[in-house]
Amino acid sequence: MQLLVNIVVLAAIYALIACGYVLIYRTSRVLNLAHGELMMLAAYLLLTTASLISGHPLAAAIAAALLGLVVGVLVYRFLMRRMTGERVLAAVLATVALGILLRGAIVLVWSAQQQYPLQSLGWQNASLALPGGARVSAASATLVLGTGAVYLGLFAFLRLTRWGIRLRAVGQNPLLAAQRGIRLHGIYALAWGLSTFTGGLAGMLIALDSGLDQTIAVIGLKAFPAALVGGLDSLAGALLGALIVATAEVLLIYYVDPLLADVVPFLVLIAMLIVRPWGLFGTREELDRV
Amino acid sequence: MPHASGYFRTTYARDIRLVDTRTQLGSLAVLVLALAVLPWAGSPFLLDLANQFLLASIGAVALMLLTGYAGQVSLGHAGLLAAGAFTAGILFKEFGAPFWVTLPAAAVTGAMLGVVFGLPSLRLRGLYLAVSTLALHFVVIYLGGEYEARRGFSTGIVIDPPRIGGLAVVDARIWYFVLLAAATLTLLLALNLLRTRTGRAWRAIRDHETVAEALGISVPAYKLAAFVVSSTLTAMAGALFAYYRGFVSVEAFSLFLSIQYVAMVIIGGMGSLLGALFGAGFVTLFPYLIEFLLQALPTPGRFANLVFAVNYGAFGLVMLLFLVFEPQGLVGIWRRIRDWFLLWPLKQKPLER
Repeated sequence: MQLLVNIVVLAAIYALIACGYVLIYRTSRVLNLAHGELMMLAAYLLLTTASLISGHPLAAAIAAALLGLVVGVLVYRFLMRRMTGERVLAAVLATVALGILLRGAIVLVWSAQQQYPLQSLGWQNASLALPGGARVSAASATLVLGTGAVYLGLFAFLRLTRWGIRLRAVGQNPLLAAQRGIRLHGIYALAWGLSTFTGGLAGMLIALDSGLDQTIAVIGLKAFPAALVGGLDSLAGALLGALIVATAEVLLIYYVDPLLADVVPFLVLIAMLIVRPWGLFGTREELDRV
Repeated sequence: MPHASGYFRTTYARDIRLVDTRTQLGSLAVLVLALAVLPWAGSPFLLDLANQFLLASIGAVALMLLTGYAGQVSLGHAGLLAAGAFTAGILFKEFGAPFWVTLPAAAVTGAMLGVVFGLPSLRLRGLYLAVSTLALHFVVIYLGGEYEARRGFSTGIVIDPPRIGGLAVVDARIWYFVLLAAATLTLLLALNLLRTRTGRAWRAIRDHETVAEALGISVPAYKLAAFVVSSTLTAMAGALFAYYRGFVSVEAFSLFLSIQYVAMVIIGGMGSLLGALFGAGFVTLFPYLIEFLLQALPTPGRFANLVFAVNYGAFGLVMLLFLVFEPQGLVGIWRRIRDWFLLWPLKQKPLER
């Protein structure tokens, strides 16, 4: 039972991070390898807002999440926009470089020590008992619920709202979308903002649960296989992919070897690339587009 | 563009000659002389830097062949270096194998891994290929870590200095000549490969795969060949690295190292062996430059424990600046300067034929 809970929690973490990869990829065909670092940045921003807005933990968390959104828009505006028209790989390498830059900058600003944003917010991380004798921390439970809420919100946004439809249109055919008067740069900035927003939520919730240091960026990278397994251009796929990767990881760690933790997602990734490189729900044409 | 006036290449052999004009021959002789006296002219620190640069240049040239010429992106270069280093380390530790066994063994491991790394390239392109090499990097690192943990070398494997002809290579000067020979051979191999059928096939594949196939080039075979050549060279560089440090540990082969090698190729300039050398030099010297600059600050003590972070941040920034403002890399800057002198007093380059 505990194993099942662990799988669900890990799957929720991966799913919440993976939707950031999917959002950016399906609108602009760029793979954002700085996603882990951007996520870490939002978690560190939470530390700062918590000390600025003391006494209102919820306000601090919301402020940090919104700052994460702003960071995403800024990254697009000042960096990725300049990579328009370059080869896709140049753009991907730019995100890699951005990730390294962020890692250095974060240590310079917040130091490399382990930090506990939970304490600076003044919250308690209670351990909840579930039926079946399993236990889950309050932060993890919030994370699972939050992931559900984010995915519902994203589905609703992409299906029902004007901006969501524009976003999908740009993803399908940027030229036609631009012809119809959709501002491409605005839409790309929106995708980046949403992506860092959801990633930031994930970063903050993980940091609340298990403390905050540089290793959190590795979790961001490990979530990427989840996005690819489901199909890089499919949100529903990211959910299923996260579940598959998390199941494989938890079971292999438990039954085979704890050292496998960092490599299982990538083994799943390789298996998927051999069998069905465009992912479970992805479109096959994606392989030729990049 | 011709490097001398009134000079025409009249035969095909002349066109692909490595050393073209008398000026080039002269400057090459000066370079050889300078490289030969460097160990006695420079300080031990300078010598260590030169050795590091030579080591990095082997890996950078290998990656340049793969990425810059064959157009196949690899984010798993550190994994290949690690494979070479661990082959040498394990053979030495388990069987006490000498240098002249471990180095070829590392090459064979590299070649086999090259096939493994290259197989996805037959089906995947661009981004997906980059991701598959990234994943393979983690697998290789995991295997290395597993070996360390299982055999109880959790801090790393210690390797004795290699013996070549009864002579233990300990002294930095001897290392310098060993590495110089290795780097020169790598460079010559690369230069020669690039002016043969293989090199032309790689460039054709890079520029347009479908057209290359239509021209009768066996795309899968040449792609695999590019991966195999590149990984073999890289694994040998990894083995040399292990011997030079006298120590192998997975810690040394993080994803950051892969990115550093990719950065060498980008900062140096895609599609140029000279660029690979420039890039290797730049990336090797960069941390020392940062340290020097921090020392020069009015309050050096404040940043003493942050050198690592400053290094990281500045490295990312420089890589970004090159990607955004100088995609041609250092070699692009070098070409502009050279052309300015060659063309003076004129400004415009003649149209390319």
